[in-house]
Amino acid sequence: MQLTNDIIRNRLTEKFGERISEWAEPDGILTFTAPREDNLKILGFLFDDDNLKFRFLTDLTGIHYPDRKDEELGVVYHMHNLVDNIRLRMKVFSPVAKPDIYTATGLFSSANWMERETYDFYGVNFVGHPNLKRILNVDEMDYFPLRKEFPLEDQSRVDKDDDMFGR
Amino acid sequence: MSDHHNIRLPEGSIEKMTTTINLGPTHPATHGVFQNIMEMDGERIVKTEPTVGYIHRAFEKIAERRPYYQITPLTDRLNYCSAPINNMGWHLTFEKLLGVKTPKRVDYLRVIIMELARISDHLICNSIVGVDSGAFTGFLYVMQYRELIYEIYEEVCGSRLTTNIGRVGGFERNFNETAFRKIHKFLDEYPSVLKEFEKLFNRNRIFMDRTRGTGGISAERALNYGFTGPNLRATGVDYDVRVHTPYSSYEDFDFTIAVGTSGDNYDRFMVRNHEMWQSLSIIRQALQKVEAFKGAESEVFHADVPEYYLPEKQDVYNKMEALIWHFKIVMGETEIPKGEVYMSVEGGNGEVGYYLVSDGGRTPYRLHFRRPCFIYYQAYPEIVQGSMLSDAIITLSSLNLIAGEMDA
Repeated sequence: MQLTNDIIRNRLTEKFGERISEWAEPDGILTFTAPREDNLKILGFLFDDDNLKFRFLTDLTGIHYPDRKDEELGVVYHMHNLVDNIRLRMKVFSPVAKPDIYTATGLFSSANWMERETYDFYGVNFVGHPNLKRILNVDEMDYFPLRKEFPLEDQSRVDKDDDMFGR
Repeated sequence: MSDHHNIRLPEGSIEKMTTTINLGPTHPATHGVFQNIMEMDGERIVKTEPTVGYIHRAFEKIAERRPYYQITPLTDRLNYCSAPINNMGWHLTFEKLLGVKTPKRVDYLRVIIMELARISDHLICNSIVGVDSGAFTGFLYVMQYRELIYEIYEEVCGSRLTTNIGRVGGFERNFNETAFRKIHKFLDEYPSVLKEFEKLFNRNRIFMDRTRGTGGISAERALNYGFTGPNLRATGVDYDVRVHTPYSSYEDFDFTIAVGTSGDNYDRFMVRNHEMWQSLSIIRQALQKVEAFKGAESEVFHADVPEYYLPEKQDVYNKMEALIWHFKIVMGETEIPKGEVYMSVEGGNGEVGYYLVSDGGRTPYRLHFRRPCFIYYQAYPEIVQGSMLSDAIITLSSLNLIAGEMDA
């Protein structure tokens, strides 16, 4: 039987009920939001279930919504079922004050560096990660640069002496 | 008393039986800015710790304040061996967000450019594997055909390495006579060169001894590590984005996917060689399809979406419509829908993905690049553990690691 978004949705609602919310299909990929304490349970269920078989972690990244009260920092997982060729997107949100989310490194070795990258740029603390330190930025950095409170330099500023750079 | 008495060695460094060496970050054998701190027992690697991020340029942050049409040059600088694939991937992502449908001729022209880029990417990778195992001839010999590919890019978009090729909806200009002539020239001359290149390596005793059984990884581990592209296919998994989720009309083409068995350096080499033959065949088919268009259709090189497609400069000066649209696009007055999109293309070394979140503004709210080699490079310590240092060098180039893509 061909796996469809509806089947996946039913399976997940059957298992986790109301805890999974914000169902959507913005670009044909089934998207939902999971509570942060359940992220590993859901990933594990998706991995182990004989029908779902989401055993390939395509992508893991962060996103920052400063206006979402108490769930400012998000982690977005893109999963892929290579047998039925269907994708899935799971989001987990955590407050910026205490951004603790369980690590997926136990399930996917590929999550290791992707979580380090997410930590590096958003400061998401992946609980249980074997080596959670900065990866692309310098170790001495004391802020998380992809958060929205750090705007890039205003390109129209005039107080800088750029004579040497031909601007 | 000399000053030497004051030297304090770290605890345990005398008793330790292994040697720590620093490979890179600018070692000529690493072909890019990679650092590996290796723990060596004689010539064997006990443990290695890669450091990445030396050429990190914060593209994801820069993209958050750039208008959509200015993001293409950022994607050039990811995998600079096959920049056009990244460019096309970005256009396709933005088109998916906008819901723009491109005409068939545009799709086929894109396929030609993407497959040329794939050939040039694999060509570099395979010939570098040759260089690292001591055969420089192949590398020097095939360079002139990469040059020919770059000349084709030059005819189409004006630049060679960081191409910035195409626009949302199509190309900035139609392919000219010279471009088609050069593509034909490439198709005529390259097969015999590739054949000779294969003759130089495929059954070469020294090359086989150096590459077979080194740098291998099982299919299961490769999937768990998020491998994609030729490196995954060399382990025996036939996953190819072009077939699984066809984009840019790849479903119209007839080609096979090469798979290996052991996922070692030799298999990766062979898979890439086979893919080059397949790319040649795809280009031939695409060219036939392009040349079959008649009349007005044979002049189409972009979709009819004036609200997103930057008009030609000459028209901006001479036509009112074009001037208005140009002004609107540049000043960010066009409607960008809200939404989120994940789009992936088969890049030179795996699935290049773009995760784009738009809040309706003139710049992306969030843009994330899934860079295949960033993801599979983390398997490197596991792959090279217990192997010789010289094999680790071949593995490094055979994995087709591109520093620009890894560090984004």
